[in-house]
Amino acid sequence: MSEVIQVEELVVTYRDPETRAVRTAVDRLTLAVQAGEVFGFLGPNGAGKTSTMNVLLGFTPAQGGAARIFGVDVREPIARQRIGYLPELTYYYKFLTAEELLRAYGRIFGLGDAEIRARTAELLALVELESARHRLIRTYSKGMQQRLGLAQALLNQPDLLILDEPTSGLDPLGRMKVREIILRQRAAGKTVFFSSHELGEVESVCDRVAILHQGKLRALGTVAEVSQGDAGRLEQAFLRIIGWENPAVAAAK
Amino acid sequence: MTAALAIAQLVLLELLRRKDVYVLFFLTGLITLVAGAANIFEDARVVRYVKEICLTLIWISGFVLAVTTAARQLPAERESRTLFTLLAKPVSRWQFLAGKFLGCWLACGVALLFFYAFFGFVAASRERDVDLAGWFQAASLQWFMLAVPIALALAGSLVWAAASSNATLTLVGCFGIWLLGRHLHKVALGLPEPAGTLLTLLYFALPHLELFDVRDLIVHRWPPVPWLVWLGALLYAAAYTGLILNLAWLLFRRRALN
Repeated sequence: MSEVIQVEELVVTYRDPETRAVRTAVDRLTLAVQAGEVFGFLGPNGAGKTSTMNVLLGFTPAQGGAARIFGVDVREPIARQRIGYLPELTYYYKFLTAEELLRAYGRIFGLGDAEIRARTAELLALVELESARHRLIRTYSKGMQQRLGLAQALLNQPDLLILDEPTSGLDPLGRMKVREIILRQRAAGKTVFFSSHELGEVESVCDRVAILHQGKLRALGTVAEVSQGDAGRLEQAFLRIIGWENPAVAAAK
Repeated sequence: MTAALAIAQLVLLELLRRKDVYVLFFLTGLITLVAGAANIFEDARVVRYVKEICLTLIWISGFVLAVTTAARQLPAERESRTLFTLLAKPVSRWQFLAGKFLGCWLACGVALLFFYAFFGFVAASRERDVDLAGWFQAASLQWFMLAVPIALALAGSLVWAAASSNATLTLVGCFGIWLLGRHLHKVALGLPEPAGTLLTLLYFALPHLELFDVRDLIVHRWPPVPWLVWLGALLYAAAYTGLILNLAWLLFRRRALN
């Protein structure tokens, strides 16, 4: 099975704007995501998940190590030709309609006009935004913007879908929709890489997970492997791996 | 190139849908119309003064539109977080900058077309003939000149976080060059060293925006400048624009977006 994402000894550092001290956000991270798998990228806030994603998407340069997508260095724009990205906060050009946004993004991907029209119709139907396709995005509710986000992430029929907390702020119907899309991608042999705090969601869809804490990789494997010592409960395993201790237990000690 | 054109199209669409841009058009058109009515006195001097006022207004409006549009691009994208979704596509930083520049420059071109066409219509309704070559040179030279402040404002948005600061500094700089740039070397002659040498170097390094100011062709109905000179001026503007955009790209290419 080929590796879609390769991260080798990745180091990402930031300078604290107030203290000017250098903070290590990602500390020599090494992992690989195989083609066709659904990979969960977990960790508490500040673990380094977003920093890692920012490097993969070319938003932030790494201070050390390497990252490749489909064998191409992530610093090359062509590395993003076959990916779809759904950010956690879905903001799109408010002066555009959904149709115009998808057309603009389609042109950036180099899709022809006929293909853009066909994909737009298909995706707006999938995310149930057909009736709002000619309305300006500034009139959309948060849920509608998130559904539009899913549509733009799938526009180029990506071989790799990168989702940053895809169910954050979604109602149960929205979460179900996201889960359906993830499973559909896997069924089509595509790869999904997503970060999430919703461990229930992760348990139900992921083939493998990685748990980060304080910039370091603490666990990597299938959900069963990672939660083996915790009676198969991922949440329990997560808390143990990041070193959280029940206050009642700590007090008793 | 397709990505840059798609981004340019977004800039144009945004400008068309921003209502505040139409205020500038309306004010300029209104003042031009009112000033054009002064011709009823059939005084040639008054006609020349009115033309000068209208063309100055067009120049100022052009500067304001160019700089405020360009200065707003990057901060607005960063603030609204649309920058991340856009650059998660196969778009290089250079294509992003080129697209933003192209969109702003084309928008200025459309605005100038409107301004000159409207003013030309008012002028033609009062005069027996209109020297189209002179009008074309004036409009095209101003359009190419505006590429320089647009590039400066785009580069400035990578240095100054606030769009307002960037716009103010760029406008002050451009107005200063337009109005005072031609006199710098004369001032330098009267200064002691090393200030004199530094000012002379600055005189030669600055893009001389005043070279593109050929309003007098229209005001005094002078013959157009030789076409080779006109072409040379366009290339001069293109060279400075290219240099500034490359500097902007060097600043932008490795910058963390968040």
